[in-house]
Amino acid sequence: MSTYLIKDVELVNGEKVDIGIVDGFISELSKKTVNTYANLLDGSGCVALPGLVDLHTHLREPGREDAETVLTGTRAAARGGYTAVFAMANTDPVADTAGVVEQVVRLGKEAGWCEVFAVGAVTKDLAGETLAELGAMAHSAAQVRVFSDDGKCVSDSQMMRRALEYVRQFDGVIAQHAQDPKLTVNAQMNEGVVSAKLGLSGWPAVAEEAVIARDVLLASHVKSRLHICHVSTAGSVDIIRWAKSRGIDVTAEVTPHHLLLSDELVESYDPKFKVNPPLRSNEDIAALRIGLADGTIDIVATDHAPHPAEDKECEWAGAANGMIGLETALSVVQKTMVDTGLLNWSQVADRMSITPAKIGRATGQGIELAIGAPANITIYDPNKSRVVVAEEQISKSKNTPFTGITLPGEVRHVFYKGKPTMISTKMVTR
Amino acid sequence: MNAVKIVLEQGDISRALTRIAHEIIEKNRGSENLLLLGIPTRGAYLAARLAKIIGSIDQREIPNGVLDITLHRDDLRSRPPRALTPTVIPAGGVENKIVVLVDDVLFSGRTIRAALDALGEIGRPAQVQLAVLVDRGHRQLPIRADYVGKNLPTSADEIVRVSISEIDEIDQIVIAGANDA
Amino acid sequence: MTPEKLIELPRHLLSIGDLNHNQALLILDTAEELARISDAPIKKLPTLRGRTIVNLFFEDSTRTRISFEAAAKRLSADVINFSAKGSSVSKGESLKDTALTLQAMGADAVVLRHPESGAANRLAGWTNGVVINAGDGTHEHPTQALLDAFTIRRHLGSVGSDLEGKHIAIVGDVLHSRVARSNVLLLNLLGAKITLVAPPTLIPVGVESWPVNISYNIDEVLPEVDAVMMLRVQSERMKNSFFPSTREYSRLFGLNLDRMNLLPKGALILHPGPMNRGLEISAECADSVQSVILEQVANGVSVRMAVLYLLLGGNIGVGA
Repeated sequence: MSTYLIKDVELVNGEKVDIGIVDGFISELSKKTVNTYANLLDGSGCVALPGLVDLHTHLREPGREDAETVLTGTRAAARGGYTAVFAMANTDPVADTAGVVEQVVRLGKEAGWCEVFAVGAVTKDLAGETLAELGAMAHSAAQVRVFSDDGKCVSDSQMMRRALEYVRQFDGVIAQHAQDPKLTVNAQMNEGVVSAKLGLSGWPAVAEEAVIARDVLLASHVKSRLHICHVSTAGSVDIIRWAKSRGIDVTAEVTPHHLLLSDELVESYDPKFKVNPPLRSNEDIAALRIGLADGTIDIVATDHAPHPAEDKECEWAGAANGMIGLETALSVVQKTMVDTGLLNWSQVADRMSITPAKIGRATGQGIELAIGAPANITIYDPNKSRVVVAEEQISKSKNTPFTGITLPGEVRHVFYKGKPTMISTKMVTR
Repeated sequence: MNAVKIVLEQGDISRALTRIAHEIIEKNRGSENLLLLGIPTRGAYLAARLAKIIGSIDQREIPNGVLDITLHRDDLRSRPPRALTPTVIPAGGVENKIVVLVDDVLFSGRTIRAALDALGEIGRPAQVQLAVLVDRGHRQLPIRADYVGKNLPTSADEIVRVSISEIDEIDQIVIAGANDA
Repeated sequence: MTPEKLIELPRHLLSIGDLNHNQALLILDTAEELARISDAPIKKLPTLRGRTIVNLFFEDSTRTRISFEAAAKRLSADVINFSAKGSSVSKGESLKDTALTLQAMGADAVVLRHPESGAANRLAGWTNGVVINAGDGTHEHPTQALLDAFTIRRHLGSVGSDLEGKHIAIVGDVLHSRVARSNVLLLNLLGAKITLVAPPTLIPVGVESWPVNISYNIDEVLPEVDAVMMLRVQSERMKNSFFPSTREYSRLFGLNLDRMNLLPKGALILHPGPMNRGLEISAECADSVQSVILEQVANGVSVRMAVLYLLLGGNIGVGA
């Protein structure tokens, strides 16, 4: 196996080191290196992070290979500095059986760009009517620990209670897409000043907050683990903060787009800004940033949601919800959290790698860089910047909302299990 | 750079209008049945002046108004849209009147063509005549004025600028070279 | 040579929000001129000869389509009517493909009526032609607001002036009304005071950012207004619990004979049509001397002629 030495890189604690990689593990983490490595890489000006872990990725395979495949999606993940992604269950067929989750994990292994963990559906066909085979998925080769009907809410209270209880037997977690369906019939965007002006039907904050409030109480009652997907409102942050103060075992994620973009962008009626939950107000953005900084929100997850051009090149109401985000996530977090002084790099490592791996029970991922640790490493240069161009995204779909926005930072090298997936900002060719 | 040349001054303009007024009365054997319609912007003021002069000669009110031709222009697409000027037709209308169209400069004749069309929308006068302060030649249509204040030979790329006191604070007509526009 | 007054208008008419005070007045004043011409025995002007205007209607609205068609034809434009049922939501041909098709056919302008908010904004991004929003979902209906303001000004104001100090009430389903959104923007632009009257369920969340007063009591508002605009209420709203029954709606918010007597003398009654007689407005009110509902229809043609002239009468597409 090839050996690598990444020279002059800064650890999250500010220490300047060279990182050696041998046989898939970190072999060296000091400055006084005698060079015995086959490949030398420049890490000057860069910070070294444990490989990023995304708890919320839509890889679309099986079923919507026109939008993304496991191969293209994981390649985009690697480019964004990720070494592991959790593939959401709302594929076609839905990942509600051992067969589908095993297929997704196997495709991930074959692709080899990063580790793929499968998320299993909570209910059969995401229909909310009967539990999916949670145990079969947990005990399958895919070892599923995260279950979610994401895209749809497990809105039935009894169903949610049962799911929370049932997954306790294999240390599973229910990742809830919190959206009261009755309050959001035909909802198009955040309900507020902008929706009033644009005549688009509103997706009220309360439709998210009411479900989160119910679910933290349920989780408390049955003593289960609950994870809240893509928290988008200031009120949700308050409820989760309250729940944590009561010792309820709840974790939460925020997406990069909800940290940066507000509903005012919808005034263009351009569906590249259409997403569920919708872009919210500037007050919500501020609350989400504070929540992520103080640990109320545990992690950043992309909700990378690829859609082909035709699903966005239409009138707003007809367009699909979702944005891609794997390739821009770290830069958006730098812009919104690091450059604003809300997080340091150590905390970024926590929010984007260590804690998401913990929540998802992703063995071998999200481990702080140390000699002997698996070499899942992201070398990131925060001093660079770029203007985002949709066509330059390597995801199969180009529906990024960040087109034209200048984002800081650049992923320079990425190692997944000791093998480079990106070297000197270029994807490794195979 | 070409010089700007003043070709008519205040006295010249007032004498030209007075002469045109007399010619109108002479040609029409009096001022009965006359209606003077000016073409905006400056033609409208000239029509009012002419009506006043004729009225003082013949001791009667001469009806006069404004005829906007914008919607009938054939060069609309060459420039951004123009605001409409209200067309003002005195009570009594144009039917069976001797309508004298009044404009400041007669050049290609296209404005007058548009004016005849605009007038046709309003009604059917007994006769239509044309009075202009300056005829500078270069006609592109078979149109000729009945009353001319001054014939002014120009080259096609020269600019004739008519100033009238109602808008421009001074009565004068100048020729400027094309580069001077 | 007379230097005519040249006009700067937005390239498209998508929202009243795209207009400033002068531009709104210009449209109204131009409409006044055109209305006088429309009164003349010969109703056809050559102004837009050679221009092609497509009426692209994804929703049935015979009155709006006919009004635009009459306006375009009086200005000698060629008119193509294109009725497309359903949008890409129902997987017909996409709006974008339709737009590109129309452009390939050489349309200079597209008058778009569409069931989804923002459709006109999207269309404007896909075509070189001028886009005129003839009603998009629950967003806006700019020419309706212009003809409403034109009608009000004819009675309560004068050419060249705005509606400064006039008090207009807009009554009914504001939440779902594109007419209300455009009217709030335009009446505010023209200096009028606006009061919205509706049950709270039919007033959008976020209305606090609008330059309006809100009332739930029509009887308190009517004695103070110069004009009252009744909005169409669709009875299917009842099914979604916006109000308990049409009878209750009518009793609390409908304009009837008793309420009409609360209006000051000379106050106007408007309705964008089509009316639900007996629901939001009683027949006596709709047909009363204070009603200007039929004038609204007639004025619609003049206002649309003005919009077509001002957007298409010059060198469109050349640095515009």
